[in-house]
Order: sequence, then C-alpha cells, then structure tokens
Amino acid sequence: MANVQYKDPEEMIAETGWNDHFHEHHHGDKYQSNFFATYIFSTDHKMISKQFLITGMFWALIGAAMSIIFRLQLGFPEADLSWLQPILGKWIVVNEGIGKLDPEFYYALVTMHGTIIVFFVLTAGLSGTFSNLLIPLQLGARDMASGFLNMLSYWFFFLSSVAMFYSLFLNTGPFAGGWTAYPPLSALPQASSGSGAGMTLWTVSLALFVVSVLLGGMNYITTVLNLRTKGMTMWRMPLTIWAFLVTAILGLLSFPVLLSGLFLMLFDRGLGTSFYLSEIFIGGKALDHVGGSPILYQHLFWFLGHPEVYIIILPAMGLVSEVLATHARKPIFGYRAMVYSMLAIGFLSFIVWAHHMFMSGVNPWISNFFVVFTLIIAVPSAVKVFNWIGTLYGGNIRFNSAMLFSIGFVSMFISGGLTGIFLGNSAIDIQMHDTYFVVAHFHIVMGIAAFFGMFAGIYHWYPKMFGTFMNETLGKIHFWGTIFGAYAIFWPMHYLGMAGVPRRYYSFDAFDAFKHFADTNKFITTAAIVVFALQVMFVINFFYSIWKGKKMTTPNPWLSTTLEWTTPIEAGHGNWVGNLPVVHRWAYDYGKDGKDYIPQIEPMGKDESDSDH
Amino acid sequence: MTGLIAIASVVLLGVVAVQIGKISDIFAKIRGEEASQHESNLFNGRLGLFFVVSFLIFCVGSAWYYKNDMLGYGPHVSASAHGEWLDWLFNVTLFFTGIVFVLTHLALFWFAYKYRGETGRKSLFIVHDNKLEVIWTAIPAVVMFGLVISGLWVWNNAMDDIKEGEDYLEIEATGSQFLWDIRYPGKDGALGTKNYKLILPGKNDLGQDWRDAKNLDDFKADEIVLPVGKKIRVRITAKDVLHNFDLPHFRVKMDAIPGLPTYFVFTPKLTTEQYRLQLKKYADQNVPYDAAEPNGPKRWEKFEYELACAELCGKGHFSMRKLVKIVTPQEYEKWAAAQVPYYEQNVKGKEWDTSVTVEPTPAPVVEPTATTAVPAAAAPAEFSAAAVEKAAAGSVLQLNHVTFASASSALTPESSKELDVIVELLKKSTKMTVEIDGHTDNVGDKAKNKKLSEDRAKAVEAYVESKGIAKERMNAMGYGDAKPLVPNTTPENKQKNRRTEFKILTK
Repeated sequence: MANVQYKDPEEMIAETGWNDHFHEHHHGDKYQSNFFATYIFSTDHKMISKQFLITGMFWALIGAAMSIIFRLQLGFPEADLSWLQPILGKWIVVNEGIGKLDPEFYYALVTMHGTIIVFFVLTAGLSGTFSNLLIPLQLGARDMASGFLNMLSYWFFFLSSVAMFYSLFLNTGPFAGGWTAYPPLSALPQASSGSGAGMTLWTVSLALFVVSVLLGGMNYITTVLNLRTKGMTMWRMPLTIWAFLVTAILGLLSFPVLLSGLFLMLFDRGLGTSFYLSEIFIGGKALDHVGGSPILYQHLFWFLGHPEVYIIILPAMGLVSEVLATHARKPIFGYRAMVYSMLAIGFLSFIVWAHHMFMSGVNPWISNFFVVFTLIIAVPSAVKVFNWIGTLYGGNIRFNSAMLFSIGFVSMFISGGLTGIFLGNSAIDIQMHDTYFVVAHFHIVMGIAAFFGMFAGIYHWYPKMFGTFMNETLGKIHFWGTIFGAYAIFWPMHYLGMAGVPRRYYSFDAFDAFKHFADTNKFITTAAIVVFALQVMFVINFFYSIWKGKKMTTPNPWLSTTLEWTTPIEAGHGNWVGNLPVVHRWAYDYGKDGKDYIPQIEPMGKDESDSDH
Repeated sequence: MTGLIAIASVVLLGVVAVQIGKISDIFAKIRGEEASQHESNLFNGRLGLFFVVSFLIFCVGSAWYYKNDMLGYGPHVSASAHGEWLDWLFNVTLFFTGIVFVLTHLALFWFAYKYRGETGRKSLFIVHDNKLEVIWTAIPAVVMFGLVISGLWVWNNAMDDIKEGEDYLEIEATGSQFLWDIRYPGKDGALGTKNYKLILPGKNDLGQDWRDAKNLDDFKADEIVLPVGKKIRVRITAKDVLHNFDLPHFRVKMDAIPGLPTYFVFTPKLTTEQYRLQLKKYADQNVPYDAAEPNGPKRWEKFEYELACAELCGKGHFSMRKLVKIVTPQEYEKWAAAQVPYYEQNVKGKEWDTSVTVEPTPAPVVEPTATTAVPAAAAPAEFSAAAVEKAAAGSVLQLNHVTFASASSALTPESSKELDVIVELLKKSTKMTVEIDGHTDNVGDKAKNKKLSEDRAKAVEAYVESKGIAKERMNAMGYGDAKPLVPNTTPENKQKNRRTEFKILTK
C-alpha cells in the first residue's frame, strides 16, 4: 500500500500539541492504582466502554439463545424439547414423554428477547460501548466531562440488568406481554402470569436503564460540546461523533417520556389509578377502573420507541461511515450531507411515532400526518445510502472483517429500509401490521444492520481496546456466514407477512390460512441455529484474541487519520502521555494530493488547500 | 444426552475456530502482509459478487416460490372491495422499491469488487458532488411524493366510516381471552347498549342492558355470516385486554380495546363459494386437505375465510379463530331469520332477566351479593327445608346448627345434619344456586376474621360439594366482622354475630 511515513504521532504531538498541564496533576492516575478502581469501579472511559461491551455480549448471547428456543417451537413444533428441562424446568411440559414449551413461557421468551436485544444489547452494548470509547479519543479529550457520572451510568445499567436477569427465574415467569408492554395485558396480573412480579421487575429494570441512558447521554453531549481539543471544530469531527451526539440528544429527549409512561403504569398496577385502564371484565370480575385509555400508553411508549430505533441505528451509521472511509482509503462522500441527513433523521424521528399505531384505534385522519412524516425519512436515508456507495466508488478498498461488515450493513439497511416504505404507508399497513412482514422489516433494518455496525466497530477498534487484533479469517467466516444466514432467516418472513401470518403466534395450526408455512418455518429455524453458532464463534474469537491475538506493533494499524490512533498502544487514563493533540484538518483526508492519508494532527502544508467539504 | 451433544459441539466449534485462526495467521505471515491482503481483497470482492448475484436470484426465486402468497397475485386476491386498492398500492411500491433494491445492491458489490485494493491502485479524492447529490435527493423525493399521495388516497377511502343514509349492516365483535363473541343486531337492525358491569358469564356474556329494547332481538353467532356485496360495519370491542380483529383475506385489521369501541367498514366481494372456485384453478390447492386422507376433500374445497387475533393478548393469543362465511343475500336472510335472540334463549324469564325490573331503582346485577344483600340489621329467617321452598331468590336464611371448632374452620360433626338438608334441596331443585356467607364477631384482627369466615364458608362449600353438588352452583363468601347482625356489645350479641348464612341466589 502506498504509504506515506509520518512522524511518530507521539513525537508529533510533543512538538505541535497543546499543553494542558495534565502532567502536573499526577503521573498516571493514582485513583486507579488498585484492581477494583481499574477494572470494576473505573472512571476511565476506555474501561467503561469495555464493561458496556462485555455486558452487552453477555445479554446478546442470552437474547439470541432465547430466540433459538422459541424458533424451535415454531420450526419444529412436533419436536421433543425435554432435553431443555434441566435449564427451563417447569416451562417444559412433559406429556407422554414429549416435552413441549409452555405457551406462557414462549411469550416470555419472545418478550425478553425483544427487551434484551433492543435495550441491553443495541442501546447499551452499542451506543454505550462506542460513545464511551470514541468520544474522548476522537475529540482529543482526556476523558468524559464527568468520569464519575460515566461510571454511574454503567452501574445503573448493571443494576437494571440484575433486575431483569432476576426476573427470568421468577416462579410466575418473566414478563410475557411483548417488549412494548401494552396495557391492559401488562397492567393486570390476572391477564397473564408474567404480568405479576415479572412485569414489576421489568418496569423497575427499565426505569434503572433510563437513568443509565440519561447519565450517559448528558456526559456524551457535554463532552462533545465542551471538550473538543484545539482545532477540532464541529465540522471537523468524524461522523462517528456526530452520530453519537445526535443519538445522545434523542435519548435525552425521549427516554424520560418512557419513564413517565412506566410510572403511570406502576400507579395503575399498584395504586388503583386508571390512566390506561377502562371498563375491564376479567377473571369473572368487572374492575372498577374507568376512563383510562390503553392508547395513551402506546403514545408514550412510541414517543420513546420510535426515536429508540434511531438511537440504535445512528451509532451504527456513524461507525460504518468511519470504517468505510478508512478502508476504502477515500473521504466519506458528502460529509456535510451525511451530517444534515443525520440531523434530519433525528428530528423526524420525533414526529413519526404513531406509525406504529395505524391499526391501534387512533383517529384514521391523524394517521395522514404520520404517513407523510414517516415517508419523508426515506429521503435522508436514501441520501446516506447513496453516499456510502459513492464512498466505495474509486476507492482502493482493503477487505477485512470490519470493512465487510460495513458493506453488509449498507446492504441490510437498503433491504430493511425499503420494506419500511411499505409499512410507513398506512394503507399497506392495514394488511402488514403485526405480521411477519413487520418482523422481517425491523429485524433487518435495526437488528441485523445494527449488529453489523457493531461488528464493524468491534473488528475495527478492537486493537484500540485490547492492543491485539481479532483473527481475520474467523472474522470473514463470521461475516459471510452471517450475511447469507441472516437473509435466509428474515427474507422468507416477508412472504409469511403478505399471507397475513400474525407475529407472536405460538402455533399456526389452528388457522388454514397460516399453517401451510411449516417448511418455511423449518428452514428459518435451521438458518437461525447456524447463524447462532457463528456468533458463538465470534465470541470465542473475541475472548481468545484478548490474550492470544496478534499483537499490535504500530499505534496506527489502519493508517487512519483520526486522533484515537495517535495515543500510545497501551494508553493510560488520560489517553495522551504529554500534550494533547491539536487538529488541523477534517477527519477524511484520504488520498488527497497523492498521499494515502493525512492525519488530523498534520498541519496544513503551505500550498495545500482545505478539502472543501 | 442431547444436552451433552450440544455442549460437546460448542467446545468442538471453539477448538476448530482457534485452530483455523492459528493456521491462517501463519499463512499470512509466510506470504507477507501486503500480498496476502491483496489476495484477500480479490477473494472477498469475488465473494461479494457471488453473494449479490445469488441473493438477487434468491429474491426472485423465493418470490416465484411464494407467488401464491403475494398480495394481489394468483389465489391471494382480496375478498373485499377496498383490499384491491391496497394490493395495488403494495405492488406499485414493490415496483419502485424493487428497482432501487436491485440497482443499489449491484452498485454496492460491484464497486466493492472493482475498486478492491491492488498493487499500484490509488484512490480518487472525491469529497462530494453537488449535481449528483441534488439528483439522488430529488428522485427519491419525487417517488415518495407519488407513493404518499396514492397511499393517503387509498387509506382515507379504506377507513371511511358509514355516511348518512347509506345502507349497511352493523355487527359487533368482542374479543376476550381467548375467543371472539359475535353479535348481530337482529330484526330491528340496531345493536343494543351494553355495560361491562352487567356482564354475567353464561347469563349475559356481553353485558347487554335488557332495559334497552334494541337488545332483545340481538343474537349471538358461532360463525360470522355476511351477505356478499353489502357494506359491513364491524363495531370492535374488547372485554379484558387488547385484541385485534384481523380478517386477512379481506385486508381488515383493527385493534379491539376495552373501554374504547373501534370500527372497520368493508364490503365483501366474493362469497366463500366464489373464492373456492378461484382457488380451484391453482395446482397447490388441488391436493388433499388432509394428507392422511388422500381421497378426502381438496384444499380448495375446504377453504374458509377466517377471523384471527393480531394483537398479543396472552398465552392463548394464537388460538382465537372464528369462521367467516360470505353468502348470497338470500342465504343470509334465511340464516338470520333462523337465529334465536340471545335474550329469548338465555335470559327471558330467568332470575337474571332485568328487562322487567321495577323501574325506580333497577338494580344492575353485578355481584348479586353486594347489591342485593338484605340489610345487615334484618335478622335472617331460620333455615329449614320448608323455609327454603317458600323463600324467593335473594332471601337469606341462617344456619343454626352449622358450627366449627374454636378459631378453626373444621366443621363439627353435628353440622352435617343441617348441611345434608342443603344437599337434598340442591339435588331437588337443580336450577338453584346459592351463596354461603361466613360472619364473625369483632374480637381480634379484622383481616384474620375475614380469612376465618372465608375459610368457614369454603368448608361448608367443600362439604356440600363432596356430596355431589357442582361447585359452580355455590359461592362461598367471608365477610369477617363487616356485617354484624347486632352490635358487638355483649357476649350474647357476639354469639349471634358469629354465624353462617345461606342465601338463595337463583331458584
């Protein structure tokens, strides 16, 4: 690779950097001198990011394993599941030697799978990991604005995880009313056994989770706005940082609405109020609740719920933009258009929530507005896709696992985004609402796509986190297997949706219209098992490589322009040893003036023109 | 055993993964980093092309394979008028998104392959291109504009409510865990009012208010039977949690919400028979319906429209099926005329018939005990077989010889005499339902008293049940010290308040 040798970044920063008198406070970090302060109650953003990542991976394995169990029920309804009895206990009902999954627990698995993946893996595990890792490093900051709040943010997430994990072992089962937890099903223990203690813990867990998101978000925003190093103007920030900034703002504005919604739910459950309940006859009794509306909850939930899907996908977009540019050795195409489209998507995400509720009994007239705003999102999304493809055009592409997952992300985002155009149009949604078409859509566009963004990020920044590389061959097997497998899982679901097969069905046998997909369901389940095995392989690669992976020998292995690659390989708390780096250019000077890349810390040459981005 | 195999395969997978990793690292070292990277670029670029070609073939192939499930194609045509427009919009969207899908995928993987890293290649420094960006912003904007306008047009037509003066039939669907109740308006063409507080399972399933004359001819149907070509307005309600009234063949879907009735208006276009004849044309419909019966009816012959639930409502969500039959108007008239109103069948002249309740204070029958209880101070009559024979529904009789061990709910042996009389009475009048009420004095903890009285009432119930009386006919209640007969001032009075009562609910 045509490779311009730059001065060692450490020397460069020592010469041109900016002295913030970091040295004079203390050498290293005296607060991190013992094991607990270094690995557990750490305030170093790099350690906190690893904590988020590993907790997220723990949950991802649990969430994915749950999906395999309920996919077994759907794909092989006749199969004997008694071998799962040692793990699932009474939830496997053995009858005449044949073990069956209890329907109540099937719904608990579906519910927990959604909750865990959406919140714990793709919010905490994705945004928590990479916002923490990259915001200070790419901005040239010593740490987050408040290391302490940052630490609390992780530990609230941890508490939230504990509450949710505990609920899995309740005698009455974890919550089983769907990850959206619509009342009255979620509000009344007599409606579903998971709506008892399971729902209480679910609510508590999510309340703690909101606290974690808010603490993290405030930190991210403050750090981006206030702790950029000299020369790092907003328009010189890498797209990752823009993505994390918009994500944090969305989280800060939308999660409190969920929290208030959950509080009203707790009042209805515990204090006898009627915010969401009205005229209910259940368990042989007419309840006293009158005047509430279950639709109010849906509004509050989706006011978070919709921005939430962008909270999930925006960080992935940011990571992918950065990885694509670095490995294509080209500037990201249309940097400003990328930023404006992210801002537009962020803004629009707040005024489209009711498109989840076209068939929920809201006034059909109101839906007109939500259709218009929803379909407008297609425009900035299309711009982003074209810009990613434009970035590849004319590049000098280095194929590695990170790059492959980024390309895969774009493919997934296209496929899942386009089916969103069907669903966003309320008329088509009449048929598609709550069918497998929806399942296919959101799994591709914000499940697989977000996971691909996360994988791209992990493979790319793994050397930054652990000082070693993950194995490339395994990474590539992981990628090709997963992209084929993921499409094999979710593509056929579109056809089920067209036929009207509803989601969240334990069995399809009761309906002539739904039961002729038995072979399809077998195929999907088989593909899911294969894909799951590949993810296990990824996890093995991940942990094995921490200790046994190829060691990093230069601080900038990808020949990247951004600041995180100017720190020492084993960076301590504070990131840079001496001076802070000073930034002279934007983050995407790849291939400029015949040079392979020009780092952000490189001063502008005499004859050099600014890159006009 | 299966568990062991599972663990073993995970371990094996781990070992294989680690070995592949080690070997590939060694090979990379032997070949040199740059050379092996370029080799990998070529290989993965080609894999990308292979992927995109096979993926696009898979897309087209799967669409062909599932063509009979695609909206608006083959046998999967809409059975309602508005549904055709919906299918049309789906296919228009499919056309435009299909173009974008194919082009962007080809570009993505072609560029990745074409511009793979090679010796001597330099990347182009392209920052942005205003003209290109305007074009690729404008094109989706225009296409989206078209889709939005046609979408809204289809939507607003589909969701239109009945206009004044239009001829239509209104039926009501009520979801509850885990079944649908279907109510027809009867001869007067109007559904009567209902109130969830009036619901009495088996006696007034929907909580219809019998004082509303419109209710008296409403009938419940086991299947939804509708005349073809007529505008149908379904009023959609729920008793307990959210449900969703889903008729996939008619492109009808709407949540059922307790406390908030919703509706959907649609016009069935094809009778069940017509739809079957359409299906007959397709090979996959000409196979036996039941594989076990090769000579039995074919799939198309057994076709039925179905009602499903499409909003998670609990563990039985997947089983809320109801048959839907679309028939000719003549057949419908004949069918409707043969239906017996719910009132005639289950209510008229029965104890729970509130249609004729004396006007000034019509007591809605919610929980018979709470609203029709005899005032606490009025001493109940002595229990005896004769007294029961004479007593009207709602009367309370006191059991004087039913006694318990102190502070326990164990019946004393002498209680059985009186209880056996009860058993005989219940055996004789099979329609009689009763309530057993336990009461205590005010000595001790309130909650404990309530529990004790409940347990004692249940002990009575259990005894009677053990003698062969269905539990459903009895209701055991414990009131603790909440309903004293006399003030708890003297030991004698307390003794009077410690009692077990026998209430006739229905006769």
